[in-house]
Amino acid sequence: MASVEQGKQAIMLNKKYKAGLLNFLSAQGILVFFLICMFAFSLFSEQFLSQSNIMTVVRQASIIGIIAVGVTVVIIGGNLDLSVGSMLSFSTVLVVDLHDKIGPAGAIILMFVLTLLIGAVNGFLIGFMRLNSLIVTLAMLSAIQGLVLIYSGGKNVDIANQSDTWFAFFGRGYVLGIAVPVILFALLAIIVQVVMSYTSYGRRIFAVGGNPAAAVYSGIRKNWCVFSTYLISAFCVACAALVLGSRVMGSQNNVGQGYELLVLAGIILGGTSLLGGAGSVWKTIIGVLILGFIQNGLLLLGYPYYTQWLVTWVIIILAVWLDLANKRKRLFTTHS
Amino acid sequence: MINMKDFLKGSGFIQPIWVFVIAITVFFSFMSEYFLSVGNLSNILVQTSTIGLIALGMTYVMINGNIDLSVGAVLGLAASLSVGLQDYGITIAVIAALASGLVLGAINGLIVWKTGVNAFIVTLGAMIGVRGLIFVYTEEQSFYATNFAFSDFGAASIGPFPVLAIIFLVCTLVMHLVLKKTGHGRNTFAVGGNPEAALDAGIRIGRHMMINFIIVGFFAALAGVLLATQMGAATPNLGRDYELWTITAVVLGGTKLTGGYGSITGTLGGVLAIGILRNGMNLMQVPAFYVLVILGAILISVLIIDQRLNVHASKGVSI
Amino acid sequence: MSTAAMNRNAAHGASSSSPVLSLIDITKKFPGVVALNKVSFDVRAGEVHALLGENGAGKSTLMKVLAGKHQPNGGKIILAGEEKSFENPKQAKKSGIVLIHQEQSLVPEMSVAENIFLGSLPLKRGNRVDWKKLHADSTEILKRLKCTFSSRDMVSNLSIAKKQMVEIARALVFTPRIVVFDEPTASLTDHEKPVLYDIIRNLQEQGVGIVYISHRMDEIFHLSQRISVLRDGEYNGTLNTAETSEDEVTKLMIGRTLELDHASKPSEFGEKMLELRHLTVKGVFEDISFNVRKGEIVGMYGLVGAGRSEVAETIFGLRQPSAGEILLEGKAETIRSSHDAVVKGIALVPEDRKDQGLILGMNCRDNMTLSALGSVSSMGFMKTGEEKVVYDKYQQAMKIKTPSWRQKVGNLSGGNQQKIVIGKWLHTHPKLLILDEPTRGIDVGSKAEIHALIKELARSGYAVLVISSEMPEVLGVSNRIIAMYDGRVTAEFDGDAVSEDKLVQAITGQNVTDARGPAPAASA
Repeated sequence: MASVEQGKQAIMLNKKYKAGLLNFLSAQGILVFFLICMFAFSLFSEQFLSQSNIMTVVRQASIIGIIAVGVTVVIIGGNLDLSVGSMLSFSTVLVVDLHDKIGPAGAIILMFVLTLLIGAVNGFLIGFMRLNSLIVTLAMLSAIQGLVLIYSGGKNVDIANQSDTWFAFFGRGYVLGIAVPVILFALLAIIVQVVMSYTSYGRRIFAVGGNPAAAVYSGIRKNWCVFSTYLISAFCVACAALVLGSRVMGSQNNVGQGYELLVLAGIILGGTSLLGGAGSVWKTIIGVLILGFIQNGLLLLGYPYYTQWLVTWVIIILAVWLDLANKRKRLFTTHS
Repeated sequence: MINMKDFLKGSGFIQPIWVFVIAITVFFSFMSEYFLSVGNLSNILVQTSTIGLIALGMTYVMINGNIDLSVGAVLGLAASLSVGLQDYGITIAVIAALASGLVLGAINGLIVWKTGVNAFIVTLGAMIGVRGLIFVYTEEQSFYATNFAFSDFGAASIGPFPVLAIIFLVCTLVMHLVLKKTGHGRNTFAVGGNPEAALDAGIRIGRHMMINFIIVGFFAALAGVLLATQMGAATPNLGRDYELWTITAVVLGGTKLTGGYGSITGTLGGVLAIGILRNGMNLMQVPAFYVLVILGAILISVLIIDQRLNVHASKGVSI
Repeated sequence: MSTAAMNRNAAHGASSSSPVLSLIDITKKFPGVVALNKVSFDVRAGEVHALLGENGAGKSTLMKVLAGKHQPNGGKIILAGEEKSFENPKQAKKSGIVLIHQEQSLVPEMSVAENIFLGSLPLKRGNRVDWKKLHADSTEILKRLKCTFSSRDMVSNLSIAKKQMVEIARALVFTPRIVVFDEPTASLTDHEKPVLYDIIRNLQEQGVGIVYISHRMDEIFHLSQRISVLRDGEYNGTLNTAETSEDEVTKLMIGRTLELDHASKPSEFGEKMLELRHLTVKGVFEDISFNVRKGEIVGMYGLVGAGRSEVAETIFGLRQPSAGEILLEGKAETIRSSHDAVVKGIALVPEDRKDQGLILGMNCRDNMTLSALGSVSSMGFMKTGEEKVVYDKYQQAMKIKTPSWRQKVGNLSGGNQQKIVIGKWLHTHPKLLILDEPTRGIDVGSKAEIHALIKELARSGYAVLVISSEMPEVLGVSNRIIAMYDGRVTAEFDGDAVSEDKLVQAITGQNVTDARGPAPAASA
């Protein structure tokens, strides 16, 4: 019984071992691509692989990276979060504006609370009301942008005495020679990766993203799971806002506009499927770093900053396409 | 009140979005005397024509089961081309601008068709990349139209009717008929409603998808050209967030993200709802910021109402 | 309507002329596996030729080759004396070969007519649809099928049976020569089956050759003239239906005879584990009262749509009752969610294995522990070693066949998948086990294993509620049988002493003569 299936599996397993290296490479395609890119850029610019340049890139990528870590969890849970861009504007404006009014500690706490509250609204609408996450977060994107403008009256905000506040630590500080944003990024990434891979909570999120109905029929509280992913995403946005506000010491009221796209681009490039139930924070980090290094490399080669957008266009589609082609063992679809 | 439910679900004669449009029209006509004047009404049509034109194409793409996030960027590129190429004559500039929309739509469609990559990802890439194309072409400069024939067109009227409004309404009618009456329109529904079945039935799903991407690309470009005539200029950041507004309008009009369901009449309602809200609140001197919040709230409310109705319609457990 | 009353081989007057279709030595290879190995099969005009085999035996693959969905690696397709090769389903359809799918392949938000002519809408100049011709042609086809609905009806508003009719109507657009039915009755109620049988006979009379794939022996013996059997991708013989028996066919399918074991039912019962009192979910089912004792297997029998699964979902906390109560071990309980149900010791093996039972992209081990993650983790961290132990335990106990725990469950056969779902629930150590259609779409061998397992579980003290629409299954495992019709319990029977006729009466809304009646409490 079912020996055909077994035969198929046995042969496939066998093949897997034989072609181990090749399979490994194709499975890690994006990592290989990353290394090739690094190598290519280093040929043209001596500066590229210097320690200081690498640290600069990682530091610059850390804000998108921090947000992407949170959004990765939302996507693994089977949903999308497009509202992170305007949420970043909201949180940054808030923390910068409140800094001079109630002091840095109060500002940070209040900003975290309110950002989590927005995350909770997202989570409630998508988790408990079971609304489509794409449209809800699209609506929230515009609603939050409106809130920011109402709050700031359309004006930009900044911190008056920029050199004399410990608030600067989060965006400009260094610990053991490593920039604080990078440390925050790494810390968040490691914690979230551990949670997703080694805890029962992570297992539940994968289940909910993989098959929501089956998760519910298995006794998993799906609503809470989805809700919690948006809290994680909001928490990550709040951390990013802390870094951004502290680095710039001021904020335009649309500072986060478009971040949702860069975050998604990084996640997709890393190879996390938008369908849910699969993916990892590691992949996201690689995706975000690739975008960061391409931006940096192109600048070092003397191209204007917007050429990176053209490159992003090509490599996002290439990355997903090649991944798909590898799975279906065929470059193009066959239907007409 | 079974009829009420059917009515709200849109299976009746009037779609729910139109009830909403009528309600806010009545509301604003009480709040402002000027609101119902011919001048203001045609103003609303002109203001909404940009988003409206793109929404027509977006409706096709979404019924087809896809989405196009790149429309804002395509609009921006077409606007820049239509102004920037005017040294070669307006006709050539406009043709080039419209062609850019067709080509970019074809590229999107071809990639979705041939590679099988999800349209969300393909057009997300294009949204970023085409914006890059604009910047490469304009070198971050805004272009101003020196030929007044171009900018006059945006303000022209035939009798009391502004040309832009007429273009929008004629396009709406044509797109409505094509969707309802032609083989391509019906197959668009079939592909979105059940791609597997459509494939088995021999429908060329890839071609239909590509045609729809070309259509939305064309309308985005047309909207870009018309917007440029209105402003007499094009900025490299023109069209940012337009994809959001367009998708909002189409979803308000009852088209489903999952494909296989939707209508041009609904989309027209969605476009008008947004236009009337913006215009009416502007007349009431509510700051534009509040419109963003209110539109977000309305979009979510529509989702909730839609879901409530569908939950009760099906006996299944809602997961 | 019962098996006993069935008129065997009613349509056996068909001609036994030379075959209209012959598949000769068809071979189909997929990467790493030979799905079909030189399979030959033929169909005569006006004949119903049943195709049998366990899941994975290659029936569906063979039919997909025939219908142009797959291209064979070897062999010939000869249709009416002409060799054919189909590159896609549309070509096959044009030659008169139509496959009626197991899955619904309709577009919901379109009219019946548009669905019938999907992919071949009549067009006028300028790509315009010729609505007049479309509806005229569709109405004619519907009339031939004696359908009562209009060609303008929206498909999403039709019942499942009517949708199936639309699929069949689609088959008649091109004059069909061969129609393949792939498990056509899986989603039909017993009421609707005779209509399907009439249609099949009608097609036969018109000289159409029918290939009929089904797991249900009664149907096959009722309808077919010949039976061919596939096993492991190989042709395993053809029998004349009139000259064979179910035993012989089963033997050919699985290589041994299958003994239905009615004697091994559990016999020692404890106290009431579950009791429903006047349970109602408005608009779904009404006034449901029955109980299940520890160590007892209660069967719930009824047609699809009678409200059985909905009762199970309510007990499992997925629906909230609008009236009545649920008692667990004599105590009234409110079950707020599926999570709550698990905590209270209830397990539900759901009806739809792939959509509700499993995370297909997850591996076997992770699926197995999904409902009791607390038992294999500490402080929220997974203890993968213990998980493996749990998996091994159930894998061995239930003889689940998989090369490794790393295997994605999506790659397993139906029987093994179902065992994983059952294992998942056993590991939660429930007191009440509800199984909704536990053997639907599962091959005969696994079916028997699962039946034995259910009985064994009851003997070890579980209270078991089995929902099924297959009479042999209900009769074979249940101590008591609850019959449901149209959202109500119509009768309760002793599982060992009930006649098939009475069961059928009870689930079709007829008056049941001397049943025990819908008494809330059975004799304890």
